[in-house]
Amino acid sequence: MTFGITLRNLPAIAYAALLYGFIFLPVIVLVLFSFQASRVPIPPFNGPSLKWYAAVFADARMMDALLNSVIVALVSSTASVGLGFLAATALARHRIPFAGPIRALLTAPLTVSYLIIAMGLLITFNAIGMPKSLLTIGIGHVVINLPLCFAIVYSQMGAHQAHAERAARDLGAAEWQVLLLITAPMLWPALFASFFLSVTFSWDEFIIAFMVSRFDVTLPVEIWSMLRSGLNPKTNAVGSLVFGVSIVAVLLLDFAIFGRSKRR
Amino acid sequence: MTVPAVEIQRVTKRFDQTVALDGVTLTIEAGSFVVLLGPSGSGKTTLLNILGGFLEPSAGRVWIGGADVTFVPPAKRPTTTVFQDYALFPHMSIAGNVGFGLAMRGVPKDARRARVAAALEMVGLPGLGGRRVHELSGGQRQRVALARALVVEPQVLLLDEPLGALDLNLRRQMQDELIRIQKRVGTTFLHVTHDQDEAMSIADVIVVLNRGRIEDVGPPDRIYLRPATRFTATFMGETNILEGRVVEARGGRGRVETALGTLEADGEATPGTTVHLSVRPEQIVQQADPGADPDAAQPLGAAEVTEAGFQGTHLRVRARCLDADGGADGGADGLELRLRLAQDSAIQPGARLNLAVKREHLVLLKD
Repeated sequence: MTFGITLRNLPAIAYAALLYGFIFLPVIVLVLFSFQASRVPIPPFNGPSLKWYAAVFADARMMDALLNSVIVALVSSTASVGLGFLAATALARHRIPFAGPIRALLTAPLTVSYLIIAMGLLITFNAIGMPKSLLTIGIGHVVINLPLCFAIVYSQMGAHQAHAERAARDLGAAEWQVLLLITAPMLWPALFASFFLSVTFSWDEFIIAFMVSRFDVTLPVEIWSMLRSGLNPKTNAVGSLVFGVSIVAVLLLDFAIFGRSKRR
Repeated sequence: MTVPAVEIQRVTKRFDQTVALDGVTLTIEAGSFVVLLGPSGSGKTTLLNILGGFLEPSAGRVWIGGADVTFVPPAKRPTTTVFQDYALFPHMSIAGNVGFGLAMRGVPKDARRARVAAALEMVGLPGLGGRRVHELSGGQRQRVALARALVVEPQVLLLDEPLGALDLNLRRQMQDELIRIQKRVGTTFLHVTHDQDEAMSIADVIVVLNRGRIEDVGPPDRIYLRPATRFTATFMGETNILEGRVVEARGGRGRVETALGTLEADGEATPGTTVHLSVRPEQIVQQADPGADPDAAQPLGAAEVTEAGFQGTHLRVRARCLDADGGADGGADGLELRLRLAQDSAIQPGARLNLAVKREHLVLLKD
């Protein structure tokens, strides 16, 4: 089969070009003007220059926010995967009353908008007198990522693992040993994938982080407050950094899901 | 008096509406190779799962090595299982798989390594401990599963149709290996299968199960030659079943009136009742001169061959019984017998045979 450009598939190529252009042009522009040498990120492009990246790394508030984002992403993703894994194990391996409604309730937050979740969390935290902090942001991110982790892990729990778990019990493994030595390692790709998906979602999540934070903020919130003082290539630089980290996480995710099939 | 390896008392298992096991009572002697044999749905796997602790009986009790284990979870039982699909751990090496049970029992690493190596050697896979599961063939995985289950020295090894996925030659080979290994370790083996040939070639004792009940328990030759029930007779290979009425019973012998004449058979019977007689195809013989030597064999009359197929070791023949006058109508009409004749007998459809059977080859069946 050849994929040479012919008149026949020209419309298809044009369509693909438009599609990818529409998706990626804003990102390309953002990244391009982060290397701008002048003070405004608008054409014409004059550069390249790394001075705005230097400015980002010199900005203590920005670096604090970056560190906060990393902590929130890693901790909330670990919690989401752990809880999702336990929930999936319970629902896939044990007969529990009302399993159907419980499963529906666990995945329901996927359908609720982040704004509504953020408002709900804000009201709840106020009502119980919990101060806004990184912890409240983390809780918010567990709320949005747990359903996803649960759904991914649950979908990967098949008869294959169930048989191996049964064999482990037969050989004398206690329940926690079965989970730790058999179930989790056999679900490794699903756990890895849901962890990195959670990390990407937590990393650039804005609305919840904005509404339930006060002094300690994450990177998207910090960028937002920076944007209020006008456009500046520094915002492009930090935006490119955020984007770069997301790309790395997605690549790891891809490796976890598709790398497995190659190794088989 | 030695304690039996397994004692099962009136075990019943219900799944919603269906009864998988119906009051099964069975004692298994330590060190024996027992085969649970039955068609699918007979409850044999359910019984194995109850022994392994994967299912709890709805009623009844189970003792293993004299201890009541009815509600003991699998991890705490002195049993291990070789599963039908082997259920090896794909993320561990072969040594990791075999050593898993020992690790769970807290055996230190050095002792573990030595015992894993010995177990792999015993199943004919020396030095393969470093391989991964996906690098092994089906037969090798089977051996790993066996080593993994045996290395922890269980009191009873449960085998759930472990040879089902192997091809015929490999299955024969593994059957011999299983017998050899069982003799060597002396562990009680409880093996589930639906394959009669497999059961006969490996078992010390066969337990025939049908619809949740035990039909027959005994050594293979007895089960095959003197089946206790009609189900056992038909399930353990081909047989001919003759219906008849008991006309006389005396001294552990019965005279039964059948469509092929009055036949004498060993077994208890009550005069006036309807019974079934079983005779194996290879036990029906040709009688050159009807009426000659009546003590040696009882005549079954003449029959016409309708089908003859060469099977290698024998000739598989179907024959339609004929009346005494040679016609194909009357008492014996429509009755078909299956025969196994000598491979060189060169019999064609249409040939007429005079058939006979010895008294000791006729089995009086309980229904």
